Amino acid sequence: MVCEGKPMADSGAYLKVENLTKKFGDFTALKDISLEIFEGEFVCFLGPSGCGKTTLLRAIAGLDIQTHGRVEQAGLDISGLPPSERNFGIVFQSYALFPNLTVNRNVAYGLENRKTPKPKIDAKVTELLQLVGLPEQGQKYPAQLSGGQQQRVALARALATSPGLLLLDEPLSALDAKVRVRLRHEIKDLQLKVGVTTIMVTHDQEEALTMADRIVVMNEGIIEQVGTPEDIYSRPESPFVADFVGTMNFLTGTAAGNGNVKLDGVELAAIGATDSAADGNPITICIRPEDIVTRGVTKDTDNAVPAVVETLEFLGSFYRVTLHTQGPERTEFRADFSINLMRDLDFFEGGNVVVSLPADHIRVYGEAVTHSDEAV
Amino acid sequence: MIGTAALSPPLPGHVVKEKVSREDWIMRGVLLAIALFLTVSILLPLYSLMSKGFEDKDGNFTGLANFTEFFSTPALSYSILNSLTITLWTSAIVLILAFTFAYGLTRSCMPLKSLFKGIALVPILMPSLLPAIALVYFFGKQGIISSWLLGYELYGPIGIVMGECIYVFPHALTIMLIAMAMSDARLLEASEALGASKIKTFFTVTLPGMRYGLVSAFFVTFTLVITDFGVPKVLGGKYNVLATDVYKQVVGRQDFEMGAVVSMVLLVPAVLAFFADRIVQRKQVAMLSTRAVPYVPKPSKGYDMAMLGFCCLVGFIILSVLGMAFFASFIKFWPYNMTLGLNHYQFDLMDGGGWASYFNSIELASWTAVVGTIMIFIGAYLVEKSKGFKTGRNLMQFLCIIPMAVPGLALGLAYIFFFNHPDNPLGFLYHTMPILVICTVTHFYTVSHLTAVTALKQMDPEFESVSASLKVPFYKTFRRVTVPVCVPAILDISMYLFVNAMTTVSAVVFLYSPDTTLASVAVLNMDDAGDTAPAAAMGMMIVFTAAAVRLIHSVLTRGLARRTQAWRNR
Repeated sequence: MVCEGKPMADSGAYLKVENLTKKFGDFTALKDISLEIFEGEFVCFLGPSGCGKTTLLRAIAGLDIQTHGRVEQAGLDISGLPPSERNFGIVFQSYALFPNLTVNRNVAYGLENRKTPKPKIDAKVTELLQLVGLPEQGQKYPAQLSGGQQQRVALARALATSPGLLLLDEPLSALDAKVRVRLRHEIKDLQLKVGVTTIMVTHDQEEALTMADRIVVMNEGIIEQVGTPEDIYSRPESPFVADFVGTMNFLTGTAAGNGNVKLDGVELAAIGATDSAADGNPITICIRPEDIVTRGVTKDTDNAVPAVVETLEFLGSFYRVTLHTQGPERTEFRADFSINLMRDLDFFEGGNVVVSLPADHIRVYGEAVTHSDEAV
Repeated sequence: MIGTAALSPPLPGHVVKEKVSREDWIMRGVLLAIALFLTVSILLPLYSLMSKGFEDKDGNFTGLANFTEFFSTPALSYSILNSLTITLWTSAIVLILAFTFAYGLTRSCMPLKSLFKGIALVPILMPSLLPAIALVYFFGKQGIISSWLLGYELYGPIGIVMGECIYVFPHALTIMLIAMAMSDARLLEASEALGASKIKTFFTVTLPGMRYGLVSAFFVTFTLVITDFGVPKVLGGKYNVLATDVYKQVVGRQDFEMGAVVSMVLLVPAVLAFFADRIVQRKQVAMLSTRAVPYVPKPSKGYDMAMLGFCCLVGFIILSVLGMAFFASFIKFWPYNMTLGLNHYQFDLMDGGGWASYFNSIELASWTAVVGTIMIFIGAYLVEKSKGFKTGRNLMQFLCIIPMAVPGLALGLAYIFFFNHPDNPLGFLYHTMPILVICTVTHFYTVSHLTAVTALKQMDPEFESVSASLKVPFYKTFRRVTVPVCVPAILDISMYLFVNAMTTVSAVVFLYSPDTTLASVAVLNMDDAGDTAPAAAMGMMIVFTAAAVRLIHSVLTRGLARRTQAWRNR
């Protein structure tokens, strides 16, 4: 929306990144990145290691200033400002708590420098420790706390000065699995309570999917897709996103016109086709293992594919079933079937079954796709 | 996106200009000030020294004439060979002794390990003159066991090598101990599991794993011995080495130009050894990063006893050298009146500056410890933690490393040329206490700097980022976090500076004045004048002081650890 007289708030974005490029010598870590983040949003930068997500965060913080491009926060151009002249709080993977100061002094660190009166500081520190669930731990030193507790202290310290932007750099990566899951919810709740615009860098897709309002998927210095967790999961816009988030079957097929595709001779309708390749051209058909249906499917069901069961792998709450098509190409694919379903149906290795690949769950990509095997 | 940005769109090729904050300017300013100090205290004097080597007595440029004279005067050029001879002999002996000693301490179950380690480090507290003087009482013409030399003369290569061995032993041992602590026990276990014999394991696993430590220990020994002046001064006799030649040319013959030439010749092996050591150190660091499992030795009676026997022998030699210096200083008139008394401690009755030199030394050591520690630690902090300004930081890092490559004698002589030059506005410093402090801080800058850098590198690199985000200026975080966390390293540095300022002779011997005589120089001068017992007495005063400071240091470290480092205990 364009507001006359208030030109800076033109698109309502709180943080604007425009054409950001970061070079380290010959290596380009960020390539012409543009991004908008809105007030109160929780955004995750997700990607494999070396994709540039931390570099982008550090550019926004002013810790490693970009080579080209602009960063705007609350309508102000902060592109070249040092971190001390920006408005953010930050939490690192290593916590970076001052080891020789008590928890109280750590949280009060930023406030003490602002000539805030002592009683006010104490009240604020008590309030913050309450907020992060550590009300009784103020007198302890960081080394006397567990990793999860230290991370909460770091969070309280970052929030103490009420920054406009909270930056979290892989805050949960150093913790063990159970603590990580619990802290995910706590951080998300805290963010909702405080309402601070938050950016979190992570390589853990589950973390991103459960915590973020929007996810920015990055790869090799560019943004692959920006969207809600559901968008990213259900409608991945590129093979990279499809592969990186969740598990995915990548199947070689051919284009068959009208958005239809052909998989080993079987024609399938595909609503999510993103590419209108010419008939007969090779394309990649993607479908998630859990989207494949078998209950009540017959040869006459839409998008039915006759298949042969190759192997059954028990994975606790479900079976991962490896199948192959019955045509000449014997294309292999995997499907996840619940224990429930497996009890009702008679599946055995080598048996013939009919499955359906629902049209609205199929993604089609024009280019040939290379992907890591362990992701499937 | 709706609408267009009010701010002009960024130009595609436009490089973002980083705003330099007030804090960055402060950092750069302080960094430059320290760099300026080092420029004045090492770079410019070195330049004066170098140019002096190419001048005649009237200051005219003569090219290589002085060098031609040096190499065509056999009395002078033989010193190169002599220096190399004693250095290589000492290195070979010390490396074997220190290796075996360190092996006993780390790879056996012998008892009293920490006691032996303590004894082995005793020579660090002595000026190198002192073990040499003690050797005179053992093997000199009136020595108690002079016959043990089988008629060979103590004064000359034999005496020098013996004295140097004692002087450098603790330095070589420290490096060996670190190298042994680093080697990986899993490799030894793997070798044993594969059925290799103990001897084969030693030669295929243990030794290769320590090669960098061995090479590093060799270079340190080499540099210390070739540049040492105390031992050959006392025990050299007619056997000239480079270090004593510099002194003789300058103090004896007042031939400053030839002194400059000899110190430049002395500089060559020191610089070569220095660079070789840097290369080796870099490789050692690469090994350090792999996760090694420390070796836990298993008891084995015969072997443990053999190791204990060896360590006893070495420990006994070191203690008897110290003990001899101690007793010699109390014996009234060796060897005619062997009763004990304090007459040799009446320094005011002798040449060398009297008790005043002792108190001057305390003053010098205190100033060096205080000023040096503050400056070196701040310098290291800025090199490690400041942002941007890469060229400045690299230059500073380079400046901090140079002093290690410059022998003390060359440094002292360079100071004469630089500060005593009539056109130098800093000339007022000449013959004062401050110039001694500046010289000593500079002389021992590198090791202290590297200690500080190691401590700083262990701190979380994001402390500075966090405080910037909290808008706390770096100097507050430096005071409230960096310094308290680094207290152990800071105490180590100040002790190192204090002890070295007490014991050093080489650089300050050219720089003291009648008002600023020093204890270590007094040892030299009294020995020179034939007052060997008072020289030993003054040497013992230095040992007592250095030992006391070490004691205070360990008490402080422990006390402070309990108070300020409470956070280290879980």
